[in-house]
Amino acid sequence: MLSDGCSFMKGMLLGGVFCLVLSLLGSFNFSPESSTEDHHHHHVYAPTKDELKHLSDSRVEELKNQVRVYCIIMVQPKTLVYWATVLDTWSKHCDNAVFYTSESSKALEAVDLNEKDDWARLRKALIHAYENAGDLRWFFVAQPTTFAIIENLKYLILAKDPNEPFYLGNAVKSGELEYVEYSSGIVLSYEALKRLMTMFKDESQCPERTHTLWTMGEDKQLALCLKYAGVFAENGEDRHGKGLFNKQNVVSMVKQSMQDNPTDVVEGCCPDMAVTYGEMSPNQMHVMMFGVYRLRPYGHDFHDWITFYPPKDSDND
Amino acid sequence: MKTLGPRISFYAGFVVGTLTLYVFLRQLWFEKTVSMQQVGTFAGIQDYQQQLEEEKKMWKKERSALFNLKHPHHIGTCTSGHNLGFQRGEDSSMADELYKKVRILCWVMTGPKNLETKTRHVKYTWSRHCNIVVFMSSVDDPDFPTVGLGTKEGRDQLYWKTIRAYHYAYEHYADEADWFLKADDDTYVIVDNLRWVLANHTPDEPIYFGRRFKPYTKQGYMSGGAGYVLSKEALRRFVEGFKSKQCTHTTSVEDLAMGQCMEKVGVLAGDSRDSFHRETFHPFVLEQHLTAKFPKSFWYWSYCYYPISEGPNCCSDISVSFHYVDAVGMYLMEYYTYHLRAFGYRYRYQPPTPPGYRIKKSESWDAGKKDKKLEQKLIHPDLSRTDKRQNEDPPPVDGKDGPPAAEGK
Repeated sequence: MLSDGCSFMKGMLLGGVFCLVLSLLGSFNFSPESSTEDHHHHHVYAPTKDELKHLSDSRVEELKNQVRVYCIIMVQPKTLVYWATVLDTWSKHCDNAVFYTSESSKALEAVDLNEKDDWARLRKALIHAYENAGDLRWFFVAQPTTFAIIENLKYLILAKDPNEPFYLGNAVKSGELEYVEYSSGIVLSYEALKRLMTMFKDESQCPERTHTLWTMGEDKQLALCLKYAGVFAENGEDRHGKGLFNKQNVVSMVKQSMQDNPTDVVEGCCPDMAVTYGEMSPNQMHVMMFGVYRLRPYGHDFHDWITFYPPKDSDND
Repeated sequence: MKTLGPRISFYAGFVVGTLTLYVFLRQLWFEKTVSMQQVGTFAGIQDYQQQLEEEKKMWKKERSALFNLKHPHHIGTCTSGHNLGFQRGEDSSMADELYKKVRILCWVMTGPKNLETKTRHVKYTWSRHCNIVVFMSSVDDPDFPTVGLGTKEGRDQLYWKTIRAYHYAYEHYADEADWFLKADDDTYVIVDNLRWVLANHTPDEPIYFGRRFKPYTKQGYMSGGAGYVLSKEALRRFVEGFKSKQCTHTTSVEDLAMGQCMEKVGVLAGDSRDSFHRETFHPFVLEQHLTAKFPKSFWYWSYCYYPISEGPNCCSDISVSFHYVDAVGMYLMEYYTYHLRAFGYRYRYQPPTPPGYRIKKSESWDAGKKDKKLEQKLIHPDLSRTDKRQNEDPPPVDGKDGPPAAEGK
């Protein structure tokens, strides 16, 4: 009987220690970002007015040319309404907007990748974009529930060299991996995409199809492949530290702000130069289109140092 | 059998030990969060006091009206005290000039039940852009503040409230404003754009503006929910009209009654559309005007004085008002109007400068210097496609079937 009691106590002690160790490990995982990574910049900002003021005419024209964007919009026939809305709204502001679908649809035109696997489909789309980039040097990957303000994206990357590896958006951490969230849009510079092409040939580090039971989201897969190629995720922010890429839609962000900052709802909520909002319904996209490109208070002007003109053949902007 | 005993005890002990410590740790964590919440509520009280302080700096409470001390265009937010507009590189000189020359008193039709759920959000958003704002209720509330009009609450009181509110505004503020706007507590008004519409007129014209409806009156009347604005002369005639009994409380359908009085005293129903004939005052929310396909049997089609456009031409770039805007909608509209924008974007529609105001400088260094052959693709409204001017007689007057412009407060 005594030996039973002793064993029981020993067991209890060991159980307690085991629990402590587990919880410590768990909390260790959630510690703030480690400084072991070799990031050059973790946060990316748009240029200041002073930085732009000193540019010559020709330099401004060069930059405008350099920031032209190739939009990669990943669609599926089952989300046809969103697809049509994106086609009718913000994608018109891309310099080249290409829709990539999992299977062909009779209703709308797209590059048919004929691929059901999400990661394999993204790979194919990126390869196609790289091969058809022409002289465009920046790539923006979006889902049809995302609304993007391309001019604000251009503003963010205006002074960045596309021959440097840039991988931007809403950067979040999962364990040790820092990746850009899919639903708030992914920005890749030409160099980043180029390195990715090389990584795609490496089946061991960057396989086309994962044969594991559980799959990582394709945005994490992308981050991993890019990481092996020496390209790291960076967070696009404004000078107040507000994220410019939002996976939430604007209405839920306003609702949240009404709870968190009841006396300062709008200032505490959303950035003026936001680039993306995710989870947007088609109607919300039409409203945002009007709110961004049409609605304004008379008598307030911004003397921005670059002008972006409205696209041809469009009546809602 | 003998060796199994201690083993089982050991495993049992292990499980018990793990569970015990787990529960213990959870309890600790729970207590920690509770204490943090208590700190939070203390901070909450401090926040409230801070809020009161900020409000005192922003508004001068005088005779139950709020006088705008600091125009929001000069300061971005009260908390930072910084000139955020300036930091944003914003040039509001035209807006500031209009603010001085086109003085607007906004009065908001509300009631005690709505103060925390609706009116508060009006107070924190668009009403800050008025020169003077007065919240009109049935009951006096010196804290909000609201003016008590001595009426009851309810849909049938709307015209009584309107009569008394305008009389109040005339008696107390006639010299301090040029134009007098009526709005509901679920109307969102872009006051800067209202100033553009009004800058093309003078306050001694007997005229009033809003979303013009055509039935029941010769010259039409203005939708109540979309808001309407009277010139000082129109207000004077309104008050005189009641003195001389030319105008009386004819019906509780407030907007129609107002329209009938205006017609009697010779006040003109103005055209508030922009220079492309797009409407500026809207009886529904933005989303509906942009996306909804109203059935042809809907009253809206036969009520609108001017041809209706669906889709993007429904609404002017410099729209003035929207109705049925809920609390979230107020902040969303404020964000879309005053904050969110596309960097460097050159708008297709350039509203003409009102007469007597200095012409704007060229908007950007880039556009001014370089492009002589600017790609100006200005959109012209396709009126022929949407001309829905009805030739048939308007439906008979029936208060029940009227447009839901006058909401019970």
